[in-house]
This record gives sequence, structure tokens and C-alpha cells, in this order.
Amino acid sequence: MKHQDILRVVAKLLGPPILLFALYVQFHGDYGPGGGFQAGVIFAAGFVLHALVHGLDETLQVLPPWVLRLCIAGGVIIYIGVGFVCLALGGTFLDYSVLAEQPIAGQHLGILLVELGVGITVFSVMVTVFCAFAARSGGE
Amino acid sequence: MDFLVDFALLGLLTITALAIVKLRNLFAVVMFSSIYSLLSAALFVVLDAVDVAFTEAAVGAGISTILMLSTLALVGSEERKPRHSRFLPLLAVGITGTILIYGTQDMPPFGQPDNPAQLHVAPRYLEETPEAFGIPNVVTAVLASYRGYDTMGEVTVIFTAAIGVLLLLGVGFGRRGGDDE
Repeated sequence: MKHQDILRVVAKLLGPPILLFALYVQFHGDYGPGGGFQAGVIFAAGFVLHALVHGLDETLQVLPPWVLRLCIAGGVIIYIGVGFVCLALGGTFLDYSVLAEQPIAGQHLGILLVELGVGITVFSVMVTVFCAFAARSGGE
Repeated sequence: MDFLVDFALLGLLTITALAIVKLRNLFAVVMFSSIYSLLSAALFVVLDAVDVAFTEAAVGAGISTILMLSTLALVGSEERKPRHSRFLPLLAVGITGTILIYGTQDMPPFGQPDNPAQLHVAPRYLEETPEAFGIPNVVTAVLASYRGYDTMGEVTVIFTAAIGVLLLLGVGFGRRGGDDE
């Protein structure tokens, strides 16, 4: 789709708002609908759009495969890591109340971190699966 | 009013499903399944399940359509005419449908406050969440804290799925990143 000027311009205009909206969904999940799963998918959609319009190679320059692989494992490690930090601070596994001085603040922090882990893993998995498919069918 | 919206959405869902069955061009089928997902998302909004609607719209209508399309780019987009008779699938669908409709007879009435689902742990979650977490979205509280173990399992499932896809389709998809293949 490299020669479609309208698509290129529209995709360029849409890219940043999509990523911004994904971040909003991620960090506003405590207050409105949304959370890590949705945010991860929307964030991935931004990159998929980029890959569809500019070609897979350009996207992989912005987001190298090793970064993606790091993120796939990283999100899970963040999630489980939060659980172990809770254990180390004297609580039970994934009991966020011990993470801060007030239990409510601890819960807030725990939910934020855990959702971040979910978001990172979902985002990188979606992009990786798309790339794996797209690379097979010629990179466009 | 809700009644009308429900009927319109369910009617459109049926039409979309019939179109998917009828069509032989898989490209069109993928587009129709995307529409199907979007309609289901609208239905979830009507049912006040905004979080689920959000996921359905993003995953069902968005990403999975893209993945289906990239699969079609690999395997071609024309479905072959089935060689077996149409009687057997019809029989299977008929029997399954009858059993499902029969099953709905035993379901509690829709949206009643004294349904089992409303009386188990849900009241405790709704009462405790504002004080214990200080966050308005109970769905997030349930997902990330009350059911933290479940969500951890889900993330691990996604992680495992990615490993499966990478093993099947090749780890080094980037020409630059193909070093460890």
C-alpha cells in the first residue's frame, strides 16, 4: 500500500491518537471501562496499522523483534514479580495491600502494575503474531 | 425502547450469520465475521457490559480480522464446494440448537436481583470495592485483585500462545532479527 497517498496520510494522522488512546485506556482502567487487555490490543492496532501502510520492515525498525520478545516475557514477569514482591513484604501472593503504607494505596499500585504487565504482554503478543503471519505472506 | 434495539441487533446478527454460511468467498466471510463481532459488541453495550464490549470490539472486530486476512494472504480466499451432503450438518446444527434452547428453560430469568449470580460473591465485591480499593470500576478490582490468580493464568495463556505461534511460523520474522534462527 506504499503508493496510496490518502491511506498513508490518514494512517499517519491516526497513529498517534490510537497510541494515546491506548495509554488512556491502560491507565484509566481503574475509573472507566478498560484495562490491560484492551489497552494492549489497541496499542498493537496502532503498530499493525503502521505495518499495513508502511510495510513490515519499517515497523520492525521502530520495534525490533528482540524488543517484542523481551516485552512478551517482560509483562508476565512484571505480573508474577508483583506477586513475589507482595510475598517478600510479608503479605500473601498477589495481596497488594502490603505494597504501600496504606492498604488502599497498595491496592492502587498493585492493580496499576499488574495491568501494566498484562498490557505489555498482550501488546507484544498481538504485534508478534501479526508480524509472524505478515512476514510469511511477503511483508506487506 | 431497549426491546427494539435488542431485536434490531439480534436480527442483524442473524442476517450476518446467514451471510457467512452462504458466502464462498473467504475474504467476504472474514469481513462479515468482523461485522458480527462489532454487532455483538453493541449488544454487550446494551447489556451494560462495557468492558466486555470494549474487548470484543478491539479483539474480535479489530485484531482477529487482521490476522484472518493475513492468513488468507497465505492460503488463498476461495472456499471449495463441499462434497458431502448438506443433510448431516443441518441435523447436527438442529440437534445442538434444540438442546441449547431446551437448556435456556432452566436458566434464571434475565436480570433479576435474586438470581444465583447476583447472590453469591457479587454483593460483597460491590460493597467492599469502594472502601477497600477506592476505585469506581469494580470490573478492574475483580479482574486484577480479587481474581488476580485467574488473570495471571490468562496472561500466561497469551504468553504460551505467542510461543506456539513463534515456534510454528518461525522466530526470526524480522530480517534484522533473524540472528537466532
